[in-house]
Amino acid sequence: MKYEAVIGLEVHIQLLTETKIFCGCSTRFGDAPNTNVCPVCLGMPGVLPVLNKKVVDFAIKLALATNCSIAPVSQFARKNYFYPDLPKNYQISQYEKPIAEHGWLEIDTQNGPKKIGIRRIHMEEDAGKLIHDESKPVSYVDFNRTGVPLLEIVSEPDIRTPEEAAQYLKTLRDIVVYLEICDGNMEEGSFRCDANISLRPMGSTELGVKTELKNMNSFKNVQKALEFEIRRQSALLDRGEKVVQETRLWDAARGVTVGMRTKEEEQDYRYFPDPDLVPVVVDKEWIDEVKNTVPELPRDKKLRFMDQYGLPEYDAEILVSDRHLADYFEETIVRFNRPKTVSNWILTELLRELNQRECSITQCPVSPERLAELLQLIDDETISAKIGKSVFEEMFSTGKSARTIVEEKGLKQVTDTDLLEKVVSEVLEQHPKEVEKYLGGAEKVIGFFVGQVMRKTQGKANPKLVNELLRKKLEEKRSK
Amino acid sequence: MVEQWTISEIRSKLLKGAISAKELIQELLSYIENHNSYINAYLTITAESALKEAEEFDNNRKLLEEKPLGGVPIAIKDCLCTRFIRTTCASKILENFVPPYDATCVEKLRKAGAIIVGKTNMDEFAMGSTTEHSAFGPTRNPWDTDRVPGGSSGGSAAAVASGMAPCALGTDTGGSIRLPSFYCGVLGLKPTYGRVSRYGLIAFASSLDQAGPIARTVEDLAILAEVISGYDPKDTTSVKKEVPRFSEILGTPVKGIRIGIPKEYFQHSIDPEIERAVEESIKVFRTLGVDFVEVSLPHTDYGVAAYYIIAPAEASSNLARYDGVKYGFRSPTEKPDLMEMYLNTRAKGFGAEVKRRIMLGTYALSAGYYDAYYIKASKVRRLIQQDFLKAFEKCDALITPVAPLQPFKIGEKLEDPLALYLVDVFTLPASLAGIPGMSVPCGLSSRGLPVGFQLLGKYFDEEILFRLAYAYHREIAYSPQIAILS
Ligand SMILES: [Zn+2]
Repeated sequence: MKYEAVIGLEVHIQLLTETKIFCGCSTRFGDAPNTNVCPVCLGMPGVLPVLNKKVVDFAIKLALATNCSIAPVSQFARKNYFYPDLPKNYQISQYEKPIAEHGWLEIDTQNGPKKIGIRRIHMEEDAGKLIHDESKPVSYVDFNRTGVPLLEIVSEPDIRTPEEAAQYLKTLRDIVVYLEICDGNMEEGSFRCDANISLRPMGSTELGVKTELKNMNSFKNVQKALEFEIRRQSALLDRGEKVVQETRLWDAARGVTVGMRTKEEEQDYRYFPDPDLVPVVVDKEWIDEVKNTVPELPRDKKLRFMDQYGLPEYDAEILVSDRHLADYFEETIVRFNRPKTVSNWILTELLRELNQRECSITQCPVSPERLAELLQLIDDETISAKIGKSVFEEMFSTGKSARTIVEEKGLKQVTDTDLLEKVVSEVLEQHPKEVEKYLGGAEKVIGFFVGQVMRKTQGKANPKLVNELLRKKLEEKRSK
Repeated sequence: MVEQWTISEIRSKLLKGAISAKELIQELLSYIENHNSYINAYLTITAESALKEAEEFDNNRKLLEEKPLGGVPIAIKDCLCTRFIRTTCASKILENFVPPYDATCVEKLRKAGAIIVGKTNMDEFAMGSTTEHSAFGPTRNPWDTDRVPGGSSGGSAAAVASGMAPCALGTDTGGSIRLPSFYCGVLGLKPTYGRVSRYGLIAFASSLDQAGPIARTVEDLAILAEVISGYDPKDTTSVKKEVPRFSEILGTPVKGIRIGIPKEYFQHSIDPEIERAVEESIKVFRTLGVDFVEVSLPHTDYGVAAYYIIAPAEASSNLARYDGVKYGFRSPTEKPDLMEMYLNTRAKGFGAEVKRRIMLGTYALSAGYYDAYYIKASKVRRLIQQDFLKAFEKCDALITPVAPLQPFKIGEKLEDPLALYLVDVFTLPASLAGIPGMSVPCGLSSRGLPVGFQLLGKYFDEEILFRLAYAYHREIAYSPQIAILS
């Protein structure tokens, strides 16, 4: 039988706030264990949480970017379960009243754009980390991560294929990185994804029994785990067996999902409103304030670049992949308005230099103004494109402007006809055999002559002019 | 003699140089040493730090003059965190817990110059009405040492009543300041929820807990209330409201104030002496020109049921952190097994009453029961709040008994938790509503046990409670006695 997959994704993003969600401790990653802790995030007796306003700012930002409605009053709740990495043995989260609900975002699929619903976004605190001693039956707890703010983004079950799931994740990650609320690093766990998946016969509108998939630490793994789960569930259904509602772990090494616990074994989290935290009240002014900080989103920008600058999708996609790269592009074309030329330079020369030096666009030693100046020099034929490339490398390593380099090294293109005529005559005199060939009809030899002239002028001759002069002289010889 | 002195007497004697701060503390400490062994009001006596702080005042008169409570000894209930002083909550699970921070109300007292002389006994995690549920033995009522002092702040109330401290801090979740103050014949204030920061108050039920003062005179109670009140950025449930100078409005005439008598509170079977005490006090108030009006609080009888859902539910979550992982007691295990460590630690670390309430609360929050219990109880709570708001449309304050029973014998009701829960029937509604309440002593009953009444006020109107209590005590020429200890 043919089945249709119904997929919903739960994404946790770690927020880039300086301090934790309920105390003043640093959120810095990689510090010595238990150095970024205080009585509040250690859950000591009598302490109380105080909400970090920045977390609400970030939640509003994401809610606006994903078309959610923002709750005027939302509430924190306690999720109760025992685990040593959770100092209070409850996690402060949101349950009945999340900060945002009923949104959507648009993704690009093979069949064109598709809207994926966002069911809810809520704020919560992260747990700590257990470190197991391999030599002894002992575990240690590092509470540095305890209380680092998270947003959970729950999609509607609108996703139908593993490819759509990957595309949704990519789109969402681009957004959170653009908003500068999360670094989007899936391998390091600052962007985490769980998936719910069920199958139903093609054409049916009823929902099947779902499984929840965990432990997928890359887009590729999410896609693979979903593909595996579709095969597994299809096989079960084909045999007339039932899918068990359960949580399954993705085993990337073996490429399979493994049952972890069934619904009966699920914990009862005993959610209830946290009496230590007053409800979060978000008014219009607060939303407006945050609205001003929401940038144009990556997908909108891509479409605009294609439309406004006539760029191919490939170029636009790469340019908007980094908000600062896109800004760099636009700042350059303000001064040198040939979008495709600028795009070519950024995509090839600029990105190559950045990659070689392992630096980001924000650390780029060549400013948009200086790139525009270089392109202008090429455009008005002060230098040739080829020389332009070596000038660009020089700009990158010395930090000097194109004009300075051109002047210091005397790279100005030779457009002096008298001078070039002399060189052209020299070259023709030195290569009588090739002149014979040309006159005999082998006109391709002209390339050889151009090369010789360029060599004698260290590449500074204007190639167009050289070409003209060569033809003129050769034709003169013919007519003699 | 020091055991008799009020805060203002201590202050004037210190300022006049009639006694040095060190002498005062030394005398009090030796008095405590003589009497604490059979009252068991204190779990920890902080002699060393108290004497050191006293010496600082003796060496620096300016400091003594500047600080409103400079040199005044105080006892602190052991569920309020005290920096570098053991804070146990009267539980084995926190037997050796020493917090590196002060509760905000403690910090405020220290800043005002108060000297902590010790930490007082209580029902474990404040769960109880008798101070019998302490892991370190019961506190005895100084007026009759066979009887309970009330709870859960029984240690604080007994210390103040017996002269082992001029004043103390307690905490009140369902009556835990007002009941022991009543049973020990001292004054106790439960401020409006949000008036005093809860930071550093080891949570029992977060939506109900509130710290408050216990003292022998209205003046002393007012000074303490002034010092510990106010918004605290560390507790977002504390309220940004100006704190009135309670001690400066005490003499304001009470003529024309209208006090409501909630009829439901008098339909219970109440000890006749308690009922008579309330009636007598009403007569006194009438002579002062106070008007009385009957009001109705129809949901009063549901208070106990709602409270015993909400408070245990919150407690079950608040007490989850005591697991042996980070601090406090950890039970050894046979195998290196996490679940065994959790189970043994909590089974051995908590007493029976705490375990009973954790189980009650866990059950009430469980899937399938949450709506029927927790949500229902929250609705009842709102109805009780509305009852009070409605009543306060007709009056400025309410007068009620504090409890239906006089202090009973230690152990008498230990086997009947339900009967014990009913002792709180008159104090729970104000806790559920979050309004302020005060226990005011009248004197002794025929059996030589203290009697008194409860005053309840509107949200953030502790002022009227102070004015009424002050006028009443002045009118009857009340002079606080301390229980004579053999
Ligand atoms: Zn912290």
